[in-house]
Amino acid sequence: MSSVAEEVHHDDDHHDHHHTPGIKRWLYTTNHKDIGTLYLWFAFIMFLVGGAMAMVIRAELFQPGMQIVEPNFFNQMTTVHGLVMVFGAVMPAFTGLANWMVPMMIGAPDMALPRMNNWSFWILPFAFLILLSSLFLEGGGPNFGWTFYAPLSTTFSNDSTALFVFSVHIMGASSIMGAINVIVTIMNMRAPGMTYMKMPMFVWTWFITAFLLIAVMPVLAGAVTMVLTDKFFGTSFFNAAGGGDPVMFQHIFWFFGHPEVYIMILPAFGIISHIVPAFARKPLFGYASMVYATASIALLSFIVWAHHMFTTGMPVVAELFFMIATMLISVPTGVKVFNWVATMWRGAMTFEVPMLFALAFIVLFTIGGLSGLMLAITPVDFQYHDTYFVVAHFHYVLVTGAIFSIMAAAYYWLPKWTGKMFDIKLAQWHFWCSLISVNLLFFPMHFVGLAGMPRRIPDYALQFADFNKWISLGGFAFGLSQLIFLALLIKACRKKGDSVPARVWEGAEGLEWEVPSPAPYHTFETPPVIK
Amino acid sequence: MSRGVYKWATLLFSLLSTSVFAEGKSMPLNLTKGASDISAQVYDLHMIIFIICAVIGVVVFGAMFVSMLLHRKSRGVTPANFHESTTVEIIWTIIPFIILIGVAIPAANTLIAMEDPSEAEVSIVVTGSQWKWHYKYMDNDVEYYSLLATQQEQIYNKFEKGENYLLEVDRPLVIPTGKKVRFLITSDDVIHSWWVPAFAVKKDANPGFINEAWTNVNEPGVYRGQCAELCGKDHGFMPIVVIAKDPADYQIWVDEQQAIQLAAKEEEQKLLAMNMEMDELMSVGEKVYTSSCAACHQGSGEGLPGIFPALKGSPIALGDVSKHIDVVVSGVSGTAMQAFGKQLSLKELAAVITYERNAWGNSTGDTVQAKDVNAIVKGQ
Ligand code: HEC
Ligand SMILES: [Cu+2]
Ligand SMILES: [Cu+2]
Repeated sequence: MSSVAEEVHHDDDHHDHHHTPGIKRWLYTTNHKDIGTLYLWFAFIMFLVGGAMAMVIRAELFQPGMQIVEPNFFNQMTTVHGLVMVFGAVMPAFTGLANWMVPMMIGAPDMALPRMNNWSFWILPFAFLILLSSLFLEGGGPNFGWTFYAPLSTTFSNDSTALFVFSVHIMGASSIMGAINVIVTIMNMRAPGMTYMKMPMFVWTWFITAFLLIAVMPVLAGAVTMVLTDKFFGTSFFNAAGGGDPVMFQHIFWFFGHPEVYIMILPAFGIISHIVPAFARKPLFGYASMVYATASIALLSFIVWAHHMFTTGMPVVAELFFMIATMLISVPTGVKVFNWVATMWRGAMTFEVPMLFALAFIVLFTIGGLSGLMLAITPVDFQYHDTYFVVAHFHYVLVTGAIFSIMAAAYYWLPKWTGKMFDIKLAQWHFWCSLISVNLLFFPMHFVGLAGMPRRIPDYALQFADFNKWISLGGFAFGLSQLIFLALLIKACRKKGDSVPARVWEGAEGLEWEVPSPAPYHTFETPPVIK
Repeated sequence: MSRGVYKWATLLFSLLSTSVFAEGKSMPLNLTKGASDISAQVYDLHMIIFIICAVIGVVVFGAMFVSMLLHRKSRGVTPANFHESTTVEIIWTIIPFIILIGVAIPAANTLIAMEDPSEAEVSIVVTGSQWKWHYKYMDNDVEYYSLLATQQEQIYNKFEKGENYLLEVDRPLVIPTGKKVRFLITSDDVIHSWWVPAFAVKKDANPGFINEAWTNVNEPGVYRGQCAELCGKDHGFMPIVVIAKDPADYQIWVDEQQAIQLAAKEEEQKLLAMNMEMDELMSVGEKVYTSSCAACHQGSGEGLPGIFPALKGSPIALGDVSKHIDVVVSGVSGTAMQAFGKQLSLKELAAVITYERNAWGNSTGDTVQAKDVNAIVKGQ
């Protein structure tokens, strides 16, 4: 396969190093670095938008009783918060990182399909414009949860559902194009000598993620289309009265939904597998087993979807199957965590900000993974399901997992992108404030859930009041902490700070550290040779 | 600590402690053993898996922290270079595997027991609808709706919140202790989920399908739960209360209910011959409206634009009476508007329709009588 790398594409023959000035540079760009930057800023803005919605949710839940919003608006907030964070923040952030880093890591000049790259980014803002504008329509935006279970999202939803469906279609198209681009780039544009088993972990994890995306985004598209036709065109896919089955919706949704959670965590595994060796000054332990573990997680992710549906009333045999399959996933995931710890073991560690985020990731993601293992046990899942225990679980894997890894990646590669060291003091403030507040925010949710508080409720019984107050305070603090990050990023984009060498971090390995900092607009126009 | 920080800290603490601890209800920090043998088994499983997770956590994080402490560059260590060990990797793949098998076996046993509702002595059909539960005893002539009993004034912070805020209903479900009680769970509209933590029963109510669950409660008592599946606007406001009585008391209760429901039916027949006054219709109507209709059409009759239509000034509420009766009795299929014909008595239907035609400035002056409603019900 590696011989293909010789036919490096040159569809951008002009090679001009001066880009078109102003907004047109960003609208027309086909440069992987520009598009990466666009994705990352878009993701960050969506993170703040989704975060603002979380603040509304936490403000309402600060005290028992209805204070700030009405239940219907509360439901819109939980729904759109979820959609914005998943499809607007986490996924575009990883795509942005892939755009920036994959070509540099494999020694390619750009992504394989640069024009499609531009397109896949530029349709995203419209998707979210449509979704967010639906909130201002009469009757409001989607209010049926980000999981949009039928028939709540069909017969019982309002007309803005059409906009929701349309925007999800656009998001899906964008993801699929992004995934195709990643796969084509990795398969065809690796530098001579870079065999598959020499690829950096971030490239490997994204490679596998891209296949997951191509496999499941069409399933999501199918689900929303059926919702659309059930609601507006009289079909009965999910309507029992017309011979359909509402539970089938959940099977279809989670057949997408479970691989989706791995789409949001596999690239994170890749990032951590770069940062830990760099700051432990020791090669990654068990590279091959990391690759195999990633692949087995991806494969297993297709046969565990119904663990989200244990209470829907499945045959016992099915429940047993999904319980065991789910427990199995914890084995390769465990291997990953053990490997990171073994990488640190007898290294020579330093604790720069990217490493701080990576270490926090390992501990907190593992906590989320362990609560996931608890959720796999069907009889006990009956008690945990749809309570705050689940909310705690998936925020540990998504916020302190996916999002912490994105922040770790941002700090790790930011100096490479800008050529300047970021403001270290601010970064440390950002880390410590985030770390403390995020745990105040999500850890008590475990207890609230065990005590019996259902999720997605705008008001609760008095016994939950103390904990909810603390959770809300943690939420506000975590929200504010992200403004430190915003300040730091603005400073970094204005190229303030000390200049950095090509290899920004002493122990960092990989092709991206061979090119100067800041990385020139075009890199690896002649491919490097990997020994 | 500087003065400023101290001041802030005391302020924050007093703010929290006054409002938080004044509520005075504490929450268990863990699952509880519950009220049945099954719920106790579930609790045990929870503790086993929790302890396993805690031990794994301690080992992994322990190794990590030791490494962070000892193997840091500032201590002048030189990094080792090992990056592979097939033996180690096989060991830490196999050990978790064995642990998992150890958990899966008891979990499977409990699960199989939980999913076997056969040989139940009492069967109850539980039907969810937006946003209330309906209970129908299969073996007796007893059925009724169970609605949230907490007043809106408490929810909107006008009255002090009561002890069982949001966890109280007008008519609890009553079951016998020491008997296997089977629940047949379904829904009239969207998906709901019937959850009573003390029984370790959480089962989705799917429209058009029937799910089974069961419990066998050991101790008489009051057990509270909530709907666990997002079911629309008032999902947070459809609690479940179950009273477990010992079998003798249970039997007394059932007989009583049967007598009451029979009497109510006879009462209805008498009503058909009588006319009620406007004042009475309006006052009964307002009560019915508040408990059965206001969740969607709002107390003001103005609805929620784009979702639930306004009744104030609505052509149906101002127009033809029989059309109005028909909408309320049979609902509007394919929308959230339910068929109230089977939920409310003839008297209540007559009253609430009269109310809608004369409240909020809808001054039609019409009175609707039980017999008018009956005519439409029979006419179907
Ligand atoms: C779960 C929400 C819900 C509840 C509870 C509810 N309704 Fe409705 N109602 C609706 C919806 C939605 C419609 C609109 C149906 C349609 O699209 O035609 C409606 C329509 C109506 C209409 C016709 C209004 C018009 O102008 O078209 C009347 C009359 C009405 N409801 C009366 C009642 C009464 C009386 C009650 C209480 C006994 C009640 N509703 C309870 C949701 C509800
Ligand atoms: Cu899953
Ligand atoms: Cu509900």
